[in-house]
Amino acid sequence: MEIFATAAAGGALIGLAAAGMLLVNGSIAGISGIFGNALAGQPGLWRWTFLAGLIAAPLVAPLAKIEVPAPHHQAGLVTLAIAGLLVGIGTRLSGGCTSGHGVCGLSNLSRRSLVATGTFMLVAALTVYAVRHLHLPVGF
Amino acid sequence: MSVSSFGRSLAVMVTSALFGLIFGLGLIVSHMVDPQRVTDFLDIAGTWNPALAFVMGGAILVAAPAFAYARRHRSSALSGAIDLPDRFRINSRLVIGAALFGIGWGLSGICPGPGLTLLTSFEPRALVFIAALAAGIRFTDMATAAKPAAQEDMATAPRPAD
Repeated sequence: MEIFATAAAGGALIGLAAAGMLLVNGSIAGISGIFGNALAGQPGLWRWTFLAGLIAAPLVAPLAKIEVPAPHHQAGLVTLAIAGLLVGIGTRLSGGCTSGHGVCGLSNLSRRSLVATGTFMLVAALTVYAVRHLHLPVGF
Repeated sequence: MSVSSFGRSLAVMVTSALFGLIFGLGLIVSHMVDPQRVTDFLDIAGTWNPALAFVMGGAILVAAPAFAYARRHRSSALSGAIDLPDRFRINSRLVIGAALFGIGWGLSGICPGPGLTLLTSFEPRALVFIAALAAGIRFTDMATAAKPAAQEDMATAPRPAD
């Protein structure tokens, strides 16, 4: 049960960050959007400071006695390059990722985000099925 | 409010850094930064672990009242009017994009937030993923440059006309 409690607690922190970005700064805490628009050179240094905070989190976590889990990767470098490209193209076309559509959009009762979230959850589950049960090679 | 425009953008930068940090800590506490935790959630036919549903549930439980407030009041503390993204436009671009994202997410177990947080694991894997993510985003922006921007992270950004 502890795993669900920490999952929900971590989720609540994500929700707090999304609520703060909205009500304090008037922005949507969608990571692909903030990252993409920062790369596109849109004015607003706040995107870069937000990303800096996000990236620095594992360095700050030990100060708050939060253990940083070791990442376990199923994918090798070539697969990760393909996956990163697909995530970049896909989130830019659909206008959001797990945070923009999954957290912010659903919190905003967005029908558009519900369709996007249902679609990427379903396709991701099918992809994991292909990797784990049909032995699609991803280790290279 | 007599805050200068410079002071205000400085305040937005500082609070954004703080909220980015809180977001990252949430990804760490919930173990979203471990790709295996994500693929375990997505592996419905195998080692299905419903923890990720609790992450989304916890996040939505906290964020939903803020969005409900924003829909009514449309005003942020530091950046003026809140213009929320479109909630209804459903088209092939939305569905195809979400499907491509789903393939990449399922292959790697990494979505953009945890991918960025993983950068400070200093593993080549995280660097390769983020470099490819950036390339995919820039490619898409250039390929669709004639069309209106797909994405608004800034709630006050001008709305695309399509």
